[in-house]
Amino acid sequence: MAVLPVAADPTTVPRRRRLRRPSLGRTAAWVFMIASLLATLFPFYWMLRTALSNTRSLASNADSFLPADITLGAFERVLGLSTQAEAIAQGGSGASVNFWLYLKNSLIVATTTTVGQVFFCAMAAYAFARLTWPGRDKLFFAFITALMIPPIFTTLPNFVLIKDLGLLNTYLGIVLPGLLMTPFAVFFLRQFFLGIPREIEEAAMIDGAGRFRVFLTIILPMSSAPISTLALLTYITSWNDYFWPLLVGKEESVRVLTVALGIFRSQTPQGSPDWAGLMAATLIAALPILILYLVLGRKIINSIGFSGIK
Amino acid sequence: MSTTVTPSRPGPAPGLPRAGRTAQRRRGQRSRSDLLPALLFVGPATIGFLVFYVWPALRGVYYSFTDFSVLSPPTWVGTENYQDLIQDELVWNAFGVTAQYVLINIGAQTVLSLGLAVLMHRLTTSMAVRGALLLPFLVANVVVALTWFWMLDYQIGIVNGGLDWLGMDRIAFFGDSQWAIPTIAMINVWRHMGYTALLIFAGLQTIPTHLYEAASLDGSGEVRSFFTITLPLLRPVLAMVLVITVTGSFQIFDTVAVTTAGGPVNATRVVYYYIYELAFVRFDFGYASAISVVLFLVLASVAFAQIKLLRAGESDLS
Repeated sequence: MAVLPVAADPTTVPRRRRLRRPSLGRTAAWVFMIASLLATLFPFYWMLRTALSNTRSLASNADSFLPADITLGAFERVLGLSTQAEAIAQGGSGASVNFWLYLKNSLIVATTTTVGQVFFCAMAAYAFARLTWPGRDKLFFAFITALMIPPIFTTLPNFVLIKDLGLLNTYLGIVLPGLLMTPFAVFFLRQFFLGIPREIEEAAMIDGAGRFRVFLTIILPMSSAPISTLALLTYITSWNDYFWPLLVGKEESVRVLTVALGIFRSQTPQGSPDWAGLMAATLIAALPILILYLVLGRKIINSIGFSGIK
Repeated sequence: MSTTVTPSRPGPAPGLPRAGRTAQRRRGQRSRSDLLPALLFVGPATIGFLVFYVWPALRGVYYSFTDFSVLSPPTWVGTENYQDLIQDELVWNAFGVTAQYVLINIGAQTVLSLGLAVLMHRLTTSMAVRGALLLPFLVANVVVALTWFWMLDYQIGIVNGGLDWLGMDRIAFFGDSQWAIPTIAMINVWRHMGYTALLIFAGLQTIPTHLYEAASLDGSGEVRSFFTITLPLLRPVLAMVLVITVTGSFQIFDTVAVTTAGGPVNATRVVYYYIYELAFVRFDFGYASAISVVLFLVLASVAFAQIKLLRAGESDLS
């Protein structure tokens, strides 16, 4: 459903004569497209180029497109693998940073959020799509209304709540607000469950399966495509989140990558920041998502669509 | 991000779905027994909904009428916070700066994305092109902000190096109050351009190709077809894209937080950042809540105005 219909192949549309004699407009269109692609991809190359450089050599090689004084020192530095002296020699601040720890924290937070949110939202979506109970449609409408509330509106009171529960600087505190539901996920999954033929469930129930077993053994496997798409999007959103973990998880033991990057940036000495270290750290923060994208890119691209609008 | 991904088949309206109604009739006596499993299924999500959406939304409104420093319980002060904020120059500055940001960000982004979407539609449908253009959107705001912070560095950033090479003056992108907001706006155009283009691209695919064929037979060129077919038929999709991107654009925080932190002086102290400072640096939760209530009202009216003006609900395609 969220998967778009395959685009009608435009080469079948009769406007072929242009292909043979490239017009000015068509050339300009390609130039614009290629310029956009270059502008999109160049910063990623620049991250890599800088991360492989020696910070002390960057200034004298500012106009070179290759790594300045190529080294893996920046990565070793931000992963806490080099000594203080080595780090300072290559332009690091010498402060201890440990991106292994932040990477682990990000993994824990994003994984827990995704598993919890998708599972609990799938359960709720099933109740909204398949079960009959009083108040169902009123509650669903209320859920959907919550989509309109801008995050800042609930963020401040949620912070107070997490603080009052004594959960500041714990994984649970970071994860909790998104663990049980987001309105969008419920809405999204309900649409799919509505499309599953009822007969399949009923057959299983005649065979004596309970509701929960039907849900686990029939509904979830049959919706594996939309569920994995949703999980992927949830994972990326959670991985990239900055505002909430900044408020409730600043302490080093639970600090996630985005928060750590902000702190790393503010710790770099004014005037001569450790650019190579900073870019190595951003690359480490971006890498898991980039890998996920390389493997599952098509699914992500196809999930972005607007065909729901009449 | 996920809030903009919409399942393609909207299905029945949120009211009582037709499938549900017939099934209810068909299964008759069984329906009553669903209550218990339903409570079980919907329970966790409902708890999450009540505790982390409904309750805080109500608390937020309540806090906005109090003096609250988090450390001691809130005390009721009536509309004092609201009276204060009307006279607070920093509030006006914050909304002004945010409006400026939104205008530059949305203006540039919509034009560029529309162009890219049309090119994806008419020039190439390559999955690799789409994949590359979407890439920046998947990377965290913080990562994007820091990468550009480095590339735009005054001394040794590659962009200023390029300006030098072209014989132009170097620009203090983040340090000059004239440049700071446009710079941050363009960084986020870079991040969102491909994503927005894909949203529009999906809308373009709903326009029947025979319209273009007919126009082409009648001698209409690409440019003319764009203005007479594409743009009018795309209006509802564009309107929804605008509502969503404008709402998102108002919530600019991450980029400001890691690059300029509101400066130079107040040049980039956007609403979100000002609220953040009030609450977490000055511990003035009551006042911060009042500003978030105002922001919510502004966002709701802007969205409402857009939907009305762009007639988002109606389509010319019929």
